[in-house]
Amino acid sequence: MGLDIRWPLGLLFFITGGMMAIYGAVTHGSAIYEKSLSVDINLIWGLVLLAFGSFMLLLAWNARGRTSGAPPVLPSTEEPQQNRPRAH
Amino acid sequence: MTLTLSTLATGLTTNLTILDWLIMLVYFAFVLGTGFVLKRYMRTSTDFFLAGRRLPAWVCGLAFISANLGAQEVIGMGASGAKYGIVTSQFYWIGAIPAMVFVGLFMMPFYYGSKARSVPEYLKLRYDEKTRAWNAGSFAVMTVFSSGISMYAMAILIQSLHVFDGLFLHFGLPLGWIFHFSIFLSAIVVLGYISLGGLTSAIYNEVLQFFLIVAGFLPLVWIGLKNVGGWHGIQRTLGPAYTHSWRGLAHANTNPLGTEWYALVFGLGFVLSFGYWCTDFLVIQSAMAAESHLAARRVPLIAAIPKMFFPFLVILPGLIAISIPTVSQHFTAQAQTAAASTRGGPSSAAVVSIPEGRGLIPVELDPISGRVLRDNKGQPLLNYDLAIPNMLLHFFPTGILGLGLTALLASFMSGMAGNVTAFNTVWTYDLYQSYIHKGASDEHYLWMGRMATIGGIILSIAAAYFVSSFNNIMDALQLVFSFVNAPLLATFLLGMFWKRTTGHGAFWGLMTGTFAAAVHTGLTLPADAPGVGIHGGWIAVLHVYPSTMAQNFWTAIWAFSVCSVLTIGLSLLTEPRKEEELVGLVYSLTPKPAEGHLLWYQKPVTLAIAVLAMLVVLNLVFL
Repeated sequence: MGLDIRWPLGLLFFITGGMMAIYGAVTHGSAIYEKSLSVDINLIWGLVLLAFGSFMLLLAWNARGRTSGAPPVLPSTEEPQQNRPRAH
Repeated sequence: MTLTLSTLATGLTTNLTILDWLIMLVYFAFVLGTGFVLKRYMRTSTDFFLAGRRLPAWVCGLAFISANLGAQEVIGMGASGAKYGIVTSQFYWIGAIPAMVFVGLFMMPFYYGSKARSVPEYLKLRYDEKTRAWNAGSFAVMTVFSSGISMYAMAILIQSLHVFDGLFLHFGLPLGWIFHFSIFLSAIVVLGYISLGGLTSAIYNEVLQFFLIVAGFLPLVWIGLKNVGGWHGIQRTLGPAYTHSWRGLAHANTNPLGTEWYALVFGLGFVLSFGYWCTDFLVIQSAMAAESHLAARRVPLIAAIPKMFFPFLVILPGLIAISIPTVSQHFTAQAQTAAASTRGGPSSAAVVSIPEGRGLIPVELDPISGRVLRDNKGQPLLNYDLAIPNMLLHFFPTGILGLGLTALLASFMSGMAGNVTAFNTVWTYDLYQSYIHKGASDEHYLWMGRMATIGGIILSIAAAYFVSSFNNIMDALQLVFSFVNAPLLATFLLGMFWKRTTGHGAFWGLMTGTFAAAVHTGLTLPADAPGVGIHGGWIAVLHVYPSTMAQNFWTAIWAFSVCSVLTIGLSLLTEPRKEEELVGLVYSLTPKPAEGHLLWYQKPVTLAIAVLAMLVVLNLVFL
C-alpha cells in the first residue's frame, strides 16, 4: 500500500524511546522513581524502545523498493502475485 | 507546566508533565500523519474498503487482534481480572485461540476465495438477498454499539484521570463537560484518519497500537509483579480461586465466574468465540486485506500467537491491583481546590470520607452526584474498570506514565476505528450499493464510504451515551454479541459445511435465533444485577443465574441451538440450490487449497498445530 508500516512504527518508537531515555538519564536517582520501586524505568524502557525503533527503521531501510511492508526475507514461500502493482 | 491529577476515590495522585503530553502528542501526530500519507493511495473503493488487498500477513495478523483490542480487552479484561481472577484468561485461551485456528484453516478460503468483499456479501453468494440484508443490518448496529462502548470507556477514563481538568479550569468551563469533550475529541481524531486512509489507515494504526500496548503494559507488569512478590506472591495473597483457570468450574457456585465448565466450554469456547472470530467482519476484514490466499489463511494463525500471551499484559494487572495493600481511601477534591485557587479563593483541599475499596480498586461513585453506588444488599460496588488506570498511576513516574496513557488512548481509538471501517464497508457495499443506489461509479461509492464514516461516528456517539447505563463494559459487550453473533455461527457453519442448507432455512433460523436470545435474556436475571431492567427479566424472571457472565453464555447457547434446529428443519423442507452454484462457497464442493509447493513447516496446518500445542501448555501451567 505504498507506505511501509515499519517507517511510522520505527520512527514513533525511536522518538518516544529517545525522549524517555534522555529524561531518564537527566532524572537518574530522582525521587520520582520511588513509585517504580527505585528503578529508573524511563532510562531502561526508553533504551529498549529506542532499540526496537532503530531495528524497525533498519528493516524498512533494507526493504526499500522491494515490498510494501512484508519482511525482507521469505518471498519464495508465497503464492505468485500476478497482476498486483508493486509498491514504489 | 505541571497538572495535578487524582483518580476518583483512591487518593492516588501524580503529576502529568510536559514530557507526558509530548509523548501523547507525538502519537496523535503519527496517527493523523499516517492518514495523510495514505490518502495519496486511496484511488478506488477497493483501496479504501479492502486496503487494495495488498498487505502482508504479519501486518494483517497484528491488526486482526488489535481490532478487538479496544475497551473490551484493555479496561474490560483488567476489570474482569480483578473481579474474577485468572479464569478471565479463558476469554483468550478457550474463548479465542481454537476459533482463530478454525477460521484460518477452514473458513478463510471461502471468505478470501469467494471474492466476497464483506461477510454479509458472502451470505448473499451462499444464501440469498434477505439473509445478507438481515446480517448487514444487525452487524451495522453491532459495530456502532462496539464503537460507542470504546468511545464511552475513553471518555470515562479521561474524566476519572482528570486529564483535561487544568485546561477546563483555565478557560473557566464546567468540569461536567469533560465527558462530552472527550467523546467529541476521540470522534474527530478517528474520523480524521479513517476518512483519509480508509481500512489501510485503520490497520496501520492497529499495528502501531499493538506495539504501544506491549510497550506500555510490559513494564507495568514487571514493576507490579516485583511489588507483590511475583506470581507466588499473588497466589499467597488471593488464594487458589483467583489463580487457577479451571479450578472450581465443576459447579457454578464454586468459582468467581458463576458458571459450570460445560457452559464455559460450549457457551464461550464454542458459540460466542467461534461466532465472533469466525463471522465478525470487524476482525475478518483484516484478513481479507491480505496480499494472497495463503497470507489470508496465515493471518488468524499469526494473530493467535501474541493473543494467547495477552492475558499476562491485560489480565495480570487486574490481579496485581487487588493484591496490593488497600490504598487509603479518601477523595481529595483537588479539582475543586484548583478552581478555588484559580479564582483567588481558599486553597484547602476538601476531604470526603468514603468506604474502603480493595487494593487499588476504589468504590464506584455516581459520576454526576459523586455518591457511593451500592448493590441491592447495601454493599458498596467496586469500580473494577479503574484497575488498569490506577495501576498506571500507582507505579509509573512521569515519562513512562505518558506512554502508558498513550497506550490506553490508542487502544480505545483503535477499537473504534476497526468498527467504523467495518461499518462503512458494510453500509456502502451491502446496504447502499445493494438496495439504495445500484450501478453508480466507483468514485461515488468511494465518496459514500467517506460519508458513511461520518455517519458511523455520529451513531457511535449516540451509542456511547446509551451504554453509560452499564456497570461493567465487558458484560455489555457480551450481551450485544450474544444477541447478534450466537445464531450467526450456526448459519455459517451449516452454510459452509452442509450443501443442503437453503436461504429460507438460514434466514428464518437467524431471525428466530436472535429472537430466542432476546427472549432468554428477558426471562432470566443475573444475581449481580441491580434489578429487572436492561440486564434481563423484562418479560418475567423464570431463572436467576449466579452472574451476568453465566447468563450471557446460556443466552448464546440457546440462540445457537434454536437457530441450528430451525435452519436444518426448514432447509429439509425447502428447495436446495444447484451444486454448481455453490462451488467455492461450500466445503465439500470446493477444491482444497494447493499447498504442494510448500515445505511442511510453511503449511498453515503446521502453524495451527504449534498454536494449539502452546495453548495446551498454557492451560496446564495455570490449571
